[in-house]
Parts: sequence; structure tokens; C-alpha cells
Amino acid sequence: MAPGNATMTNDDIILKVEHLSMKFGGLMAINDFSFEAKRGEITALIGPNGAGKTTVFNCITGFYKPTMGMISLRQKSGKEYLLERLPDHEITKTAKVARTFQNIRLFSGMTVLENLLVAQHNKLMKASGYTVLGLLGIGGYKAEAKRAIERAEYWLEMADLIDRADDPAGDLSYGAQRRLEIARAMCTEPEFLCLDEPAAGLNPSESATLNKLLRSIRADSGTSIMLIEHDMSVVMEISDHVVVLEYGRKISDGTPDHVKNDPKVIAAYLGVEDEEVEDVIAVVESLEGGENA
Amino acid sequence: MAENIQNSARQDDSLFQKGIKEGLFAGAVSFGMFLLYIGIVTEQNIHNELVYRFRWGALAAFVLIAAVGRFLIVTVAQPWLAARKANAKPKVEEKGLFRKHFLKIALVFLVFYPILAVTLAGTQGSLKYVDNFGIQILIYVMLAWGLNIVVGLAGLLDLGYVAFYAVGAYSYALLSSYFGLSFWLLLPISGILAAFWGMILGFPVLRLRGDYLAIVTLAFGEIIRLVLINWTDVTKGTFGISSIPKATLFGIKFDASKEGFAALFGLAPSSAYYKIFLFYLILALCLLTAYVTIRLRRMPIGRAWEALREDEIACRALGINTVTTKLTAFAIGAMFGGFAGSFFAARQGFVSPDSFIFMESAIILAIVVLGGMGSLVGIAIAAVVMIGGTELLREMEFLKHIFGDDFTPELYRMLLFGAAMVLVMLFKPRGFVGSREPTAFLKERKAVSSSFTKEGHG
Amino acid sequence: MEYFVQQLVNGLTLGSIYGLVAIGYTMVYGIIGMVNFAHGDIFMLGAFAALIVFLVLSPIIGLAGVAVLVLLLAMLVVAMLVTSLWNWTIERVAYRPLRGSFRLAPLITAIGMSIFLSNFIQVAQGPRNKPIPGLVNNVYNIAGISISLKQIVIMVVTATLLAVFWYIVNHTPLGRAQRATEQDRKMAALLGIDVDRTISITFIMGAALAAVAGSMYLIYYGVASYNDGFVPGVKAFTAAVLGGIGSLPGAVLGGLLIGLIESLWSAYFTIAYKDVATFAILAFVLIFKPSGLLGRPEVEKV
Repeated sequence: MAPGNATMTNDDIILKVEHLSMKFGGLMAINDFSFEAKRGEITALIGPNGAGKTTVFNCITGFYKPTMGMISLRQKSGKEYLLERLPDHEITKTAKVARTFQNIRLFSGMTVLENLLVAQHNKLMKASGYTVLGLLGIGGYKAEAKRAIERAEYWLEMADLIDRADDPAGDLSYGAQRRLEIARAMCTEPEFLCLDEPAAGLNPSESATLNKLLRSIRADSGTSIMLIEHDMSVVMEISDHVVVLEYGRKISDGTPDHVKNDPKVIAAYLGVEDEEVEDVIAVVESLEGGENA
Repeated sequence: MAENIQNSARQDDSLFQKGIKEGLFAGAVSFGMFLLYIGIVTEQNIHNELVYRFRWGALAAFVLIAAVGRFLIVTVAQPWLAARKANAKPKVEEKGLFRKHFLKIALVFLVFYPILAVTLAGTQGSLKYVDNFGIQILIYVMLAWGLNIVVGLAGLLDLGYVAFYAVGAYSYALLSSYFGLSFWLLLPISGILAAFWGMILGFPVLRLRGDYLAIVTLAFGEIIRLVLINWTDVTKGTFGISSIPKATLFGIKFDASKEGFAALFGLAPSSAYYKIFLFYLILALCLLTAYVTIRLRRMPIGRAWEALREDEIACRALGINTVTTKLTAFAIGAMFGGFAGSFFAARQGFVSPDSFIFMESAIILAIVVLGGMGSLVGIAIAAVVMIGGTELLREMEFLKHIFGDDFTPELYRMLLFGAAMVLVMLFKPRGFVGSREPTAFLKERKAVSSSFTKEGHG
Repeated sequence: MEYFVQQLVNGLTLGSIYGLVAIGYTMVYGIIGMVNFAHGDIFMLGAFAALIVFLVLSPIIGLAGVAVLVLLLAMLVVAMLVTSLWNWTIERVAYRPLRGSFRLAPLITAIGMSIFLSNFIQVAQGPRNKPIPGLVNNVYNIAGISISLKQIVIMVVTATLLAVFWYIVNHTPLGRAQRATEQDRKMAALLGIDVDRTISITFIMGAALAAVAGSMYLIYYGVASYNDGFVPGVKAFTAAVLGGIGSLPGAVLGGLLIGLIESLWSAYFTIAYKDVATFAILAFVLIFKPSGLLGRPEVEKV
């Protein structure tokens, strides 16, 4: 595991979701879902298609207002926020939760650098005296704008995009766009970062670059990460903690190893009858044995 | 070799046949289209009864033009375009001296334009050039630049922009005639009032997107115009407000009195001086608009506007308050409309609701889109082409010699304006200047091609 | 009470006309997602076509008995044919080349077309109002409410057309092709639907309905003018949006509502502010129901 992790106390919880329910019309998309994410860890939220993973993200980041339940976030400073009560932009601005989207949402007609500057909007807005002072050339806007570009440069280096800084974001390859979206989210200086299928559609080498980026985020910035992912190799390799969702309910929660061997999870993924679960476990174990050999 | 020639001959043959076929078809269609409207003309006779007469000659001309036009398009224009497309080489953008220094040249030209007009056409003769062309075009440049903030940058489709122009104009007209306040005081006040109205009208429509936003802004524009018409106690309704005080230059009035501008400088009294003063005034206002727009684009608020145009949901995820961002776009766009409005009132000395019809909003929006959304230079070019072009038609007296004395080119002004709008869009759907200048760069400033930029949803 | 019912009748008559025009807006919007700003002027072209047919035919066949019926029919049919031809051509020339391009481009060409059409009629037919003598002047008095034959004709024709139209959209292969194109143009094309043809037919249908509305407008008010396209056009567009743009029943509902608002407001408040009332109610409805009364809410997936 990452070195930063050792210094963290394990009971330092950053996000606590309690009895979260979300109803769309008559459909119960999320049903009494609770879990905790620890500070400095990478928590993965997995589950079959349609299990409600993105809905959970949308509740955490304020795009949906949950029907029931409580989502509390505790910052390093000890400040606590009830996310379900904040409007979406305040969740990013004050509670310091950032996110990416399943279908990438970049400002495609703006350059890569501009994308990262937009992410620092609130900071720059304050420095520009809410535009008025900046327009008149008074105050520290220039200095702050310079710092913003430096911060953007740092994340461009991290995301391996520094050479593309002045190109339109829409011109980047798919993998680069994914990394840019993460870099952009990081420019809001979040304490908690939600990634919605960051590895979807990436080729193996792009996947590897992504894993590197995520690890360095955890190690260098102390940002806790939560991700939705289908690619099990990514999940098992980088996450510290896995939560499994099926039909809006939590069916498993624990370390990657624990979850991997949970019969319920296997059944959910393979769609087998309960009595066959034992057989499945046997097959899985034998396969793993084969891999180790 | 011989086969090739034969082949191409056969191709020409079939092309010719196709041209004839399509030409005949176009002729038939246009016959159906124009039979009633061109072939027959309705007129009132001396008893004020509606009668009709046939105009076969005109109908024949229309059908012939359509048929021959279609034939030429099919046989000449289309193959030529296809060939050009096939042979198109990647052009290296070599900016000539003129294009490189276009802005400086344009600015110098504008500054000397009235002087040029006076030297070439004399004091009285310059009126037409300074007022009808110069001021008229610059007003539209300013309005389009103002609307550009809302539509071009923030991507909010506003079809009622003329309302803020009206607010500005009536603010000046009413406050100066009722309270005798000066132009220089009322100019900022009109801007602030318009911005205030921008916020009031902007607030309820924040949730609306796309065409819903468009129709509600259109509705608000119409509501303001209808209130101006019907609130006769204050606005004098359709009669309008006349004898609005003129603007002054450091307290110097532009009239024929002893303290007037002409007398003070020992010049022969002429209304041209006031127009020249107004020309520089609107030029200064335009430059202010451009300066503020350019500065704002490089500030967080300007970037947030453009980000909003690109993807509103991503904006929210980045902690941007989209409500205040949209409202500032509405307010600042409206403010420039208000400035332009108070200038308009000072220039005309008369305002009436007739000047603030929907068509004005449509023309301003058309200029923004034809110019290339977001591009100040493109929009200015579009204003010159569209407004200048239609003004030019007023001047074409010589056409009377060709078409006879009852030919009034002015009648065709809006007809051609509409046709030009269609044609420009067909050939340049992204407007004259399609690319976007980035607002910040690390190593080099590269223009962003219009194929990447979005146009907003609301 | 009688006064109220009287206003109701007047409002429904006007609303029928708006509804017919609104269908054209909503259909075109539904199928290619574009606001056809020139549609109001197509309506005006329809009124002029009917006017000219009336002028040419009435001296020949007279205005007595069955002749009126023939005349009415001729006006309707010719107006429908001519405006269909116009709308078909406009779509081919000004909208089709821009399909799939920048969303604002066809909006601007449509506004350009609107300016072009109204000025074309102004130049070709002169700027003055064109009055025609009353065509059907009978007025019936039913329980204190006077209903003119005109109003009955307008409502009957509207109802009949709506029924035919509803049948076409819901029960014919053409209607199915239209609905499929509306849902997903690419997929429809892959399944063998001639999308271009379907869109052309949509424009023709919209124009035909607008022509009927234009003829009715002419008969009702007895006058046509080159700039008659704008105000009814905007009202009809308002109706389409109020009902939920893209929804056919919504367009009719919106049209009727706007007709009612207008006539009731004029009757009970001031006639001067009737349009203000219409637009204010539109804004008010949209603020609380951002996709109109019957429109499907636009859900953007996050």
C-alpha cells in the first residue's frame, strides 16, 4: 500500500453515508444504503450494470437530492458538512468534493489549460474582487492568476498532458481526456474525489498511466478517492476498500480480498443460483491457484 | 486516350441532361410558387375595392431565372465546387500585412473617418456618411457586442435583447425630459437600469433551456415594448417622446446659440458637428465594450461564461454557481444594450416603441451569429456588411435609371437583408470568424477551431 | 354568464387558428429540433393565396349558395398547395444544407427567411392592408350567444383537420416514419426510412395546416397584410411552447389556451394589455413547468 497510508489512523472517516435511499417515480434506485470511506484510502464502488452506482455518486455530489438518508463529510480540519443539504456547486466549493463523469464532460472548445483554470474559478473569483477589482487592475488578481497557472502546470505534469496544454480539450485522445478530467477535478483542491468509471474504454497502457496518476494523487495530495469501476484489475490493484452494490442494496463491503471471495458478490456478477455459489467459489479458487503457479 | 475523351464527353452529356431536367423542374416549381404572388397583383382601385391584374411578364421572368439558375448551378457551379474540393490543398495560413495589422488599420481608419468624410464631401455632405453609415453601423456593432456576451460567450439564446436597448433609450428620454438630467449622468444610469432589468428578467428564466429560454426572452422583449406603447401617461405611447435634449461636450451645446459649438469655434452652424461628435462618442462606447469584453474573457467570470456554454453540468461539478454566472452575463450584456439605448435617444432626439420591435432583436442576433459567435472582429465585420450593405441600398439612386422612376431601392432593403442572412449562413454556418482565441496559454496561443466549440443549450 | 360563454366561443375560434399554426411549429421542432421562424410567414402566404383565389374566382362563380362553398374549398385547396410548395422549397434550399450543423445556423436562416417572405409579399403585392368583402355573414343566436357561421366553419374545419392529421400521425406508415425520425434520425435511416423525404413531408403538412389557418384568418377578419405573419406566428409559437414543444396535443391545447386568454382578458380587463397577459402567462407557466404543459421533461443524464 501507499506510504502515506501508514500515518493515517484507520478510523479517520471522511465520508459517511447512512440509510441512503433514492426513489425515481416508483423505482427504488438506492435502498437503505450505508457505508463509510476512510481518509487517505481509495474506496471502490462496484456492482453490475444498473445497480445504482452512478446514482450514489449523484447523491454525494448534489446532482440528485436523496429521498432519504444522510451523507456527511468530515474535512481534515474537523469541519463537517451534510452534503444532502448543500446545492451541487457548494459541495465542490465548500465541502471540497470533486467528481468526474462517466461520459466525459470537458469544455471541449477551450484549451486544456483553460479547462484547469475554470476549475479554479472560486479562488480566482475571490482574488479578482469578484471581477470588479480585477477589471480595474487593482488587487492581487495577477499574482493569483499566475499561481493558478502554476497549479495547472503541476497537474498537467502529473497527468502527463503538459505538451498538450494549449490544444483544445476536444482534440485529445480518449485516455488523455479521462486524465484531463481528473486533473481538472484536482484543480478544485478537493479532499474527496469521486471518479465515475475512470478506466472505461482505456487500453492497457492508458489504464496503467491512469493507475499511476491515481496512486500519486493519494500519495501526494492526501485526497481520498472513491471510484466506480467495472475493470476488476483496476479495482483490485489500487483500491483499499471495496463496496458492492446490487439492485440498489449493499451486498458486500470490505477489503478487495474479502469482497473477491464473497459468494454473494460472485453470484451477483455471474448471476448464479444460491446453491451453485459454493461451486463457483471452488472454481474461482482453482483459477487463482493456477495464476499463482 | 480516345476512350477517355469519349467518357468525359458522355459525362458532359449526362450532366447537361441532368441540368435540363433539374432546370425544368425548378421552372415548374417556381411557376407554382410565383403564379399567385407575382403573376397576379392585387390593388385597391379608386373605389377602394380590391381588384387584381395579371403580370405575365414578371412571372415569366421569375420562372426563367429559376430554371436557368438551377441549370447553371447543376452544370457549372456544382462541378466546379466539387473539383475545387477535390483539388483543395491544405492552405498554409499566411497572414498578409493587411490582415496582421487589421485591427490597427481599422482603428486608425475609424478615427479619421469623419475628417475624411468632411474633406471629401464637405461639411453638409458628410452628414450622410457619418450618420447613416458611421453611427448607424457602430450602434449595431455595440449592440451585437453586448449581445455577444450573452449568446456568444455564455451560450444563452436571447431573442429579446432589444428590450434592454429600449430600457436604456427610455431611461434617458424620460429622465432627461422630466428631470432635466444631463446625458453624461444618464448614460451610466441607463446602463445600470438596463442591467437591473437584465437581472429581473434573467432570474425567472434561469431554469429554462434552449428554445424555451428563447421564447421567454422574446416574450419579455414584447412585454416591454407593449408596456411602452400602452403606458401612455408616462411614455406617450406610440407617439413617442420627442425633443429629447442632446448630449453636450464638456457643457458645450450643439446648437445655433452663441454658446453653441459652431459659434464657439467660429464655424458655420451645421448639424454635422453634432453628428461627428456623436460618431466619436459611439466609437468610444464601442471601444469600451470591446475592452471590457476582452478583459472579462480573461477573468474567472468570462471563463465561467464560456465553460457554461460548453457544459453546464461540468461547471456545477467544479463549484461554479451557474445562477450568478448566468445573471452576470444577462446583466452585463443588458448594460451595454442600455448604454447603446441612451446613445440612440440622444442621437435621434426622439424615441418611440417602433424602434424596439422584435425584428431589431433578430437583426442583432443575426449579426452575432453571422460574425461568428464570440468573435469581436467577426461581429464587427458582420455589422458592416449587413447594416452598411442595406444602408448602401438607400443610396443607389442610379438604379432608378435602369428600372424606371417608380423603382425604390429602399423597398428591397429588408428583402435583400433576409436573403443575405440565409446565404451567409449557407456558406459560412459558423460565421465569418469561426475560430476562438484562447484566454490563457502556456507556450503559444493557438486558435481553437470552431469544430470543437459548442453553442450552449440555453 | 352569456357574456362569458360568448367570449369563450370567440376565444376558441381564435385558438383554433393558433392551434393549427402551432402544429406546424411543433412538428418541425419535433422532427429536426429547429424553430422554424418562417412558419408565421407561411401562414401569411396562405392568407394571401386564399385572398387572390377569392379575388380571381368570386367574379366568375359569384357568391350565392353553393358557389360560396366551392369558393371556400378552392381557396383552401389552392392555399394549401401553394404554401406546401413554398415550404418544401424553403426546406430544401435554406434548411437542409444546414442539417447537422451548428444549432443556431438554421434558426438564423429561418429568421432570414421570415424577413425575406414578408418583404417579398410587401414588394410583390404592396404594403397596404387588403380587405375582402364578407364571405359568410350569417350569424346565429343560440340562447343569447351569437355565433357567426364563420366561427362554426373555422371550428369545424379545424376539428376535421385535426382528426385527419391525428389519424395520419398515429395510424399510417408515414406517421410511423415521422415518429421514428423524431426519436432517432440515424437509426430511422438505418432501418430504411427515407429521412429526407419524411422531413420534407413534415414541412408540407405543417405548411398545409398553416395555409388553412391563414385562409380562416382571412375569412374571420376579412383582411390580409404582408406583416400578418409575425404576430400570429409568435402567438402560435408561444402556443406550441406553452403546450410543450414537440407535443401535438400540446400545440392544440396551447393554441386554444392562448385564444381563450386573449379573448377573456380583452373582455374583462383591457384590450391593450392582452398580449402582455399572453406572454406573461407563458413565462409564468414555463417558470413552474419548464417543458410546457404536455411536453416531456428534458432529463439530462449526468
